[in-house]
Amino acid sequence: MADLDDLYQEVILDHNKSPRNFRAMAAANRKAEGYNPLCGDHVTVYLHLDKGLIKDISFEGSGCAISKASASMMTAELKGKSESYARELFDNVHKMLTGDITAAEGAGKVGKLAILSGVCKFPARVKCASLAWHTVNAALAGDDRPASTE
Amino acid sequence: MKAISPKTDSPAPAKSFDVVRIREDFPILKQKIHGKPLVYFDNGATSQKPQAVIDALARYYSAENSNIHRGVHSLSERATADYEAARGKVRGFINAPSDKEIVFVRGTTEAINLVAQSYARSFLKAGDEIVVSAMEHHSNIVPWQMVCAQVGARLRVIPINHDGEIVMEEYERLLNERTKLIAVTHVSNALGTIVPVKEIIALAHKHDVPVLLDGAQAVPHLKVDVRDLDCDFYAFSGHKMFGPTGIGVLYGRSELLEKMPPYQGGGDMISLVTFEKTHYNVLPYKFEAGTPNIAGVIGLGAAIDYMQALDWNQVATHENELLSYATEALAEIHPLKIIGTAREKAGVLSFVFDHVHAHDVGTVLDQEGVAVRAGHHCAMPVMQRFGVPATTRASFAFYNTVKEVDVLVQAIRRVLKVFG
Repeated sequence: MADLDDLYQEVILDHNKSPRNFRAMAAANRKAEGYNPLCGDHVTVYLHLDKGLIKDISFEGSGCAISKASASMMTAELKGKSESYARELFDNVHKMLTGDITAAEGAGKVGKLAILSGVCKFPARVKCASLAWHTVNAALAGDDRPASTE
Repeated sequence: MKAISPKTDSPAPAKSFDVVRIREDFPILKQKIHGKPLVYFDNGATSQKPQAVIDALARYYSAENSNIHRGVHSLSERATADYEAARGKVRGFINAPSDKEIVFVRGTTEAINLVAQSYARSFLKAGDEIVVSAMEHHSNIVPWQMVCAQVGARLRVIPINHDGEIVMEEYERLLNERTKLIAVTHVSNALGTIVPVKEIIALAHKHDVPVLLDGAQAVPHLKVDVRDLDCDFYAFSGHKMFGPTGIGVLYGRSELLEKMPPYQGGGDMISLVTFEKTHYNVLPYKFEAGTPNIAGVIGLGAAIDYMQALDWNQVATHENELLSYATEALAEIHPLKIIGTAREKAGVLSFVFDHVHAHDVGTVLDQEGVAVRAGHHCAMPVMQRFGVPATTRASFAFYNTVKEVDVLVQAIRRVLKVFG
């Protein structure tokens, strides 16, 4: 049975309460918006890219604890990393959230973000966790259209 | 909170509503979710079905299945008779003058789209105005936006106050010689507000403007009498009133339906087809192209039979008790805030926390066996009006109990334990 504590772990509750990099960014050279049409969650991800590196990353928006914590952890993880690392991480996080790879397999590939693996036991919440990731992917691709979890 | 109008005019009997017995009629309510008894408070999304409805569907498919209006054989005659008998039940249920004013559609959404594409698209022109309220479901906004774009008409919106009530003075001010159609909800799905539709209709008719009512959330709770309301169109869904999904009703005044062109073309809606010209069938068949949801119609008829066998004075008293008990219990939870505090409400309790998103509330409640809706309730403009991204909505039916409200309160306390 899915356990509530797997979903709302301390780290997730902490990121929800005090999200990291939760701000607009004037110096951003990439920006994308994401919507979850099912629940109306909305996120904007800002990137400052320089020679293939994510020099700065931030986000704004409104959403549930899962979507906010996922976005917060994402920005903490991606700051200072390369674009190609970000794309690879997106793929692995997505696989972990949808249960395509196990939490144990995921741990090696997604590092700290393995904490989000409990989400896959709550199918209704997978889109909450993946919204920010779809959005950063759109920002990296330079796609102006709003990203969607659909 | 004012009493819900009872379904019948019979005097109130002394005996109270036997909710324990009523629950026996709904097999789904017996199950457990995450090891806890199911508390189903998502009736605004869809209601549960009594055994009588489930049996009617099974009986149709096991003993009658055949196409209607076209077979000379016995099965088809039986199916046609049951299908048309259900139309009569619907007519009686809303007190419509004639069976030919009852059009079967997929649901409220299709009923509204039918009026938008057949009535508004044919008779409205550039510069005309359609009026909706600020608390409409998307299905009573988007079809009008689409037809406005097609004919160059304009959508006007009646504002609501902070309790979630229509501002009647603003409505009066919106009415003018360009107003050609009013489309408002009877009961708000997101807020529970009972809209003073009779007053709205009377004012509209002074300007010779027809009125469509979205009755999806009203029919499970209120006595609906289209003649007393004097509405021109009334749209509702079977699945929110204990019937099957995929079946709904458009009531339309026959003078209007007569002059409207068909919404879809196909079989059953014609009287004669040649390649030169097609003659359309009479009402209501003109609007029922193709093989309809025969089982759904028969199931809806069974739902109406079930509802009409209940004592609606007792149902109304029970539902009012549930709503006021729940309202008082939730108001005591700090820092919970109720959204939608109209003086007249039916069946809906929407609430928010500043620090906990509705989705997180919904997930925790589900772990306690409590099913609620969390989100924007397909009414994003309502969410914008109240400055919230989403609400948690508990919506009641007559089979819910005060004890279940206590479970909801305990489950909300667990939410606050998790999120502080």
